[in-house]
Amino acid sequence: MGKFKYTQENEVKYQETLKKYPKIDSMMLPALWLVQEQEGWVSPDAMIYVADKLGKSPIQVYEFATFYTMFNLKPIGTYHIEICKTLSCMIMGANELKQFVKHSLGIEPGQTSKDGKFHLSEVECQGACGGAPMMALNNKYHENLTVEKLEKLIKECK
Amino acid sequence: MGANQTLVKTVKVVSENFDIPNAHTLDVALKNGRYSSLDKLFTMSPDEVTQEVCLSGLRGKGGGGAHCGPKWQLMPKNDPRPAYLIVNGDESEPGTFKDRQIFQYDPHLLIEGIICSCYAINAHDAYIYIRGEYKGFIDRLNGAIQEAYDAKIIGDKVMNKYDFRVNITVHRGGGAYICGEKSALIESLEGKRGHPRLKPHGKECEWFFDNPATVNNVETISTVPFIIKHGYEAYTAYGTKQSPGTMLFAMSGPVKNPGVYELAFGNKMMDVINTLGGGMREGKQLKAVIPGGSSCPILTAEEAQNAVLDYESMWDIGSTLGTGGMMIIPHDVSMVDVAKNLIEFYHHESCGQCTPCREGTSWIDKILKKILEGEGEAEDLKTILDVCETMNGKTVCVFAPAVKDIIKSIIEKFKDEFIAEFKNKNLI
Repeated sequence: MGKFKYTQENEVKYQETLKKYPKIDSMMLPALWLVQEQEGWVSPDAMIYVADKLGKSPIQVYEFATFYTMFNLKPIGTYHIEICKTLSCMIMGANELKQFVKHSLGIEPGQTSKDGKFHLSEVECQGACGGAPMMALNNKYHENLTVEKLEKLIKECK
Repeated sequence: MGANQTLVKTVKVVSENFDIPNAHTLDVALKNGRYSSLDKLFTMSPDEVTQEVCLSGLRGKGGGGAHCGPKWQLMPKNDPRPAYLIVNGDESEPGTFKDRQIFQYDPHLLIEGIICSCYAINAHDAYIYIRGEYKGFIDRLNGAIQEAYDAKIIGDKVMNKYDFRVNITVHRGGGAYICGEKSALIESLEGKRGHPRLKPHGKECEWFFDNPATVNNVETISTVPFIIKHGYEAYTAYGTKQSPGTMLFAMSGPVKNPGVYELAFGNKMMDVINTLGGGMREGKQLKAVIPGGSSCPILTAEEAQNAVLDYESMWDIGSTLGTGGMMIIPHDVSMVDVAKNLIEFYHHESCGQCTPCREGTSWIDKILKKILEGEGEAEDLKTILDVCETMNGKTVCVFAPAVKDIIKSIIEKFKDEFIAEFKNKNLI
């Protein structure tokens, strides 16, 4: 048995959620979300923990977690910058936002800054096309974004 | 505005409360008519509710446009197994951002719609599957559901008086576009990878852990209370004969007022873009429109002049209405870049189950990259179209045929732009 364990609070949440489904199999997504909310990423150790809880083999959890791109399979920075790159955002200037992050923080998509603070992802359509270009900063949407607004948001993170 | 422009007016069926401050809270929602369809609902039998929805001609708003009432009729009668309502809020089609308006501005409308729909199909448990990126909207909806439980609007009884149990659970997705496909969504809800299922030969309902289930889009379900409360004729008063009613149309790209507008079916696309959308921004000219999410064949500016926003009219001009999310493409964007951008999306999102789709999206992506790097040759466009044909109709779900539709339409309608990228133009 590894080191990962739900906090008491998350264990309660897990048990509450479990009651809502006809079979425990449905708990795969909710259980992994609880892991990621707790740790910021989903470690192999946590996958074994979830497998054990759900009566699955670790490989079943692994093949599931690797399919769903929102699960971080490595630790990422404190601030997760997700810039949408799909069509309407591309047309409205997503590339300039990406270039700005690259130059100001020195990270490419998929990289974490050396101080461990920022992680940059280029993501596909986030359903905010009317407010293009956009980014999500730790899940919070920022729409109608400009380089100036982005600079301000990044400063506030520091 | 041009001389022949007709002013398009928005209508209020689903969007009725969108502009009311704090309509997402129960107090304000109740004051503004939420849950007022339920007294009438419980005077009707479930079959009468289904019949009313059949007569309204309500069609699925998630992109497919299947009729809602007949879908409900596929649920087996007198089946001892529990029935389930699954609400599709995965909303991942590029250009589509309408269901989030309901989560954000009027979540109680969705809850009311779920109560009506559960009653019609005799389901007591509803799951709302929402894309994981919508964390903020999920929190908003969960807040509303909790309020509804606390006020005993849902739970063991509806409105604390009608003897019908309804439980609602929000299920947060994990960032896979394919989970918007109804059978992939159910697979995901069953704790598996989102791989679409083979479709049965005949028409039947969906199956959730081998129990009968219906999957409907958020907006579709949110339209049901209006139909119950006002009767089907109030709904068919909007729209056209074959596409009755209204839809939340979305507009994005360099127009002056991008956003979501509820409209009756049957408006001219350019009237909508030029009046509600305010026309193109300064210095931008219209080059093309992708009419209803990125999986619909593209329309040139000329074709868009004649486009009418209902299902049949869009089919007549060789495209589809899809989700109603129009993406406006201006004159200064290269169509090769558009094709590359979209194929990157589909390459990334292909679930990998079927070889033609997994490999096809990857190959088109590689060939377009080569063209953009100036290494394109005359043969390349032919190869892309060949790959498109290999993807068409040979896979479990409609993902690959949709890729074929969009890529083929861009290449055929804007071939010159691709040729302009080739290194040796004499070969053409």
